[in-house]
Amino acid sequence: MPHTLYDKLWASHVVHEEPDGTALVYIDRHLVHEVTSPQAFEGLRMAARRPWRERSIVATADHNTPTTHWDRGIEDPISRQQVETLDANIREFGALAYFPFRDGRQGIVHVIGPEQGATLPGMTVVCGDSHTSTHGAFACLAQGIGTSEVEHVLATQCLLQKKSRNMLVEVAGALQEGVSAKDIALAVIGRIGTAGGTGYAIEYGGEAIRALSMEGRMTLCNMAIEAGARCGLVGADEVTVDYVRGRPFAPRGEMWEQAVSYWKTLNSDEGAAFDQVVRLDACAIEPQVTWGTSPEMVTSIGGVVPDPAREPDPVRREGMARALRYMGLAPGTPMCEIPIDKVFIGSCTNSRIEDLRAAAMVVEGRRVADNVRQALVVPGSGLVKRQAEEEGLDQVFRAAGFEWREPGCSMCLAMNADRLEPGERCASTSNRNFEGRQGAGGRTHLVSPQMAAAAAIVGRFADVRALL
Amino acid sequence: MRPFTILDGLVAPLDRANVDTDAIIPKQFLKSIKRSGFGPNLFDEWRYLDVGQPRYQGAQILLTRSNFGCGSSREHAPWALDDFGFRAIVGESFADIFFNNCFKNGLLPVVLPAAEIDALFALVEVTPGFRLRVDLPNQVVVRPDGHVIAFDIDAFRKECLIHGLDDIGLSLRHADKIRAFEERRRAEQPWLFA
Repeated sequence: MPHTLYDKLWASHVVHEEPDGTALVYIDRHLVHEVTSPQAFEGLRMAARRPWRERSIVATADHNTPTTHWDRGIEDPISRQQVETLDANIREFGALAYFPFRDGRQGIVHVIGPEQGATLPGMTVVCGDSHTSTHGAFACLAQGIGTSEVEHVLATQCLLQKKSRNMLVEVAGALQEGVSAKDIALAVIGRIGTAGGTGYAIEYGGEAIRALSMEGRMTLCNMAIEAGARCGLVGADEVTVDYVRGRPFAPRGEMWEQAVSYWKTLNSDEGAAFDQVVRLDACAIEPQVTWGTSPEMVTSIGGVVPDPAREPDPVRREGMARALRYMGLAPGTPMCEIPIDKVFIGSCTNSRIEDLRAAAMVVEGRRVADNVRQALVVPGSGLVKRQAEEEGLDQVFRAAGFEWREPGCSMCLAMNADRLEPGERCASTSNRNFEGRQGAGGRTHLVSPQMAAAAAIVGRFADVRALL
Repeated sequence: MRPFTILDGLVAPLDRANVDTDAIIPKQFLKSIKRSGFGPNLFDEWRYLDVGQPRYQGAQILLTRSNFGCGSSREHAPWALDDFGFRAIVGESFADIFFNNCFKNGLLPVVLPAAEIDALFALVEVTPGFRLRVDLPNQVVVRPDGHVIAFDIDAFRKECLIHGLDDIGLSLRHADKIRAFEERRRAEQPWLFA
C-alpha cells in the first residue's frame, strides 16, 4: 500500500500504542530555548529525573536577547534571569550543543537547527515553540509542543500523541518574479483559514514547491502552524541533500552515504491517499499583504480592505469589524494606499540569507521613505549575519537607512526592546499579526521580505514587481 | 495532576472566534520561570470587556467559539486560565497544541456542535448566574433546564484526567520498550546518535 511521507515518519517512530491510538513517539532532536523550558527543567529537578538522552538536545537563547549593544549584556532583569536560567539548566543537565547569548553561532532556534545540521531528514524534531513546523522542510516530523511536553520529552525521549490526518497542498506551475514562499504560505492560509489544517499534517508538493530552495521551504513549513497544522512537510530531494552536506552535525564519510540513501525514501509514494487535497496555481499567486489581526485576513497587493458588511456569517463579520477597528482601516481602502511607520525584516519565517539577499535586491541604490520611522533588519543567526556582511548586504541596508541588528526573535514577538508603539503600523516579514503581537496596540501587516523592502522604500505597501 | 471528574460551575462568555494564545496571555507576561502567577494577566485588557465583568466573578467554565487557543504553543495560556480559576473551556473547536496543553494541567476542553454553542451564548446572555454541569465520566454537559449535550474525548486522555495521572510516570512504565526502540534505531541510523 502506498504511504504518505507523514505516514512513514510516524510509523518509523512509534514505540508503543494504546488501544485508542494514543502513541509514544520517539524523539530524535529536542530544540530548547529560554522561554518555554525553565518550568520543564524545574519539573525534572523536582522529580529527581535526568534527561533520557541529553545528546538529543540543542539549545539557544533567542526570544529575549537584545539586538543592539551586546557589550552591555541583557539590561532587562527579568529577561536576563530567563536567559541565565537556561545557561544554568544546560550546565546542570547537558546538551549536544548550546549556543548561548553572544556566541557567534547563536540565533533563532529554527534558523540554527538546520544551519548546524542538527536538523536532519527523517528525524522527529520537537521544541517548545509552535514554529518548530519549520523543520518539516527537511522531511522531518517536526512539531511545536507545550512545556509539560518538553518535560515529558526530556524525561522519556518520547511524545505522547495521536496520529494526525494527511493533507496535501499542491502548488502547480512556477511563481512569478517577486512572488515568494511567503506569498504561497499566506495564500494557502487565505484559502483554508487558520483552522483549516487543525488535526492535519500538511505536506506541500507540486512543481512550485520542488523549485523552492531550502530557505523557501522552511518559510512555507514555518507557517503551517498558522494554518492550524502542527507540522508541515516537504519531501526530500537533491535540494535537501545539498543543503545538509558539510554542516557541522551532518553525518560524514560512509555514514553520509548510508544516510543519503535512506533520506531518498522520504517522499510520499505515488498514489498515496490524502484525507484532503488543496490545489493552487503558482502563477496566479500575487504578492500578499494581511489587513487584519489573523493571518487568514489576507489579500493581494492589488486588493482592497474588505467590507465586513458583506460577510454573511455573524461571528466572522464581528471578527472582521473588530480587526478593522484595531488596525485603523476603512473598508474599500486599496492596500497600496496604506502608509506604514516601521519595517521589520527578520523572524524564524524570513531571516535567512536568501531572505536578506532578496530584500537587499529591492533596497539597493534606494532610500527608506521619510515617513518610515524605523526599518530593522534582524538576521536569523550570527552565521547568517556574518555571511550577509561578507556579501556586503549590511552595507546595502545601512546605506538605504535600515538598521542592521544582532540576531534573535526581536520584533516578531517583542519580548526584547524591539517593539511597535501603540497605533504604529508595520510591514513585517514575521508570521503573526495578532493584536499586540509586536507591541501593545501595534498594527502588523505580514508580507514577504521583498514586499517589506518595497514598503520601506515607497513608505506604503507597494507591488514589489514594479521595483524589480 | 489535579483530577477532573464532575464540575458544576458558573459560565463566563468570550464571544469571539480564533482567540489566540497571545491574547490569552501576552508575551510581556511570559518572562516568569514559574508555572503560577499568570492569572492576573489573563486576557490582559480584554478581560474588562467580557469575562472580567462582576457578574462572571468566580466563573470556572469559559464559553467560547471556534479555533480557541491558536498561535503560539505557550503553556502559559492554560496556566493563566487555570490560575484565574477556569477548570473547563467549552467551545466549537480548539487549536491542536493548546488543546493538548490543557490536558497536561487538569483543564478540560470540551468541543460541542456550533448550534449548541450558539444556544449557550444566548442563554448566558439572558440568565444571570448561568451555570453548566460538565460530567467527564459520562461525557456530557448538562444545562440548568435539563438539556443534555454529549461530547467526545479520547479514552486515554479521559482516564488520565479522571485519575489525575502523571504522563511521565505512565510513559516510563514503557522504559524498556523505549530503550529497545532506541537501540534498534542506533543500529539502523547511527548518524542520529553521533
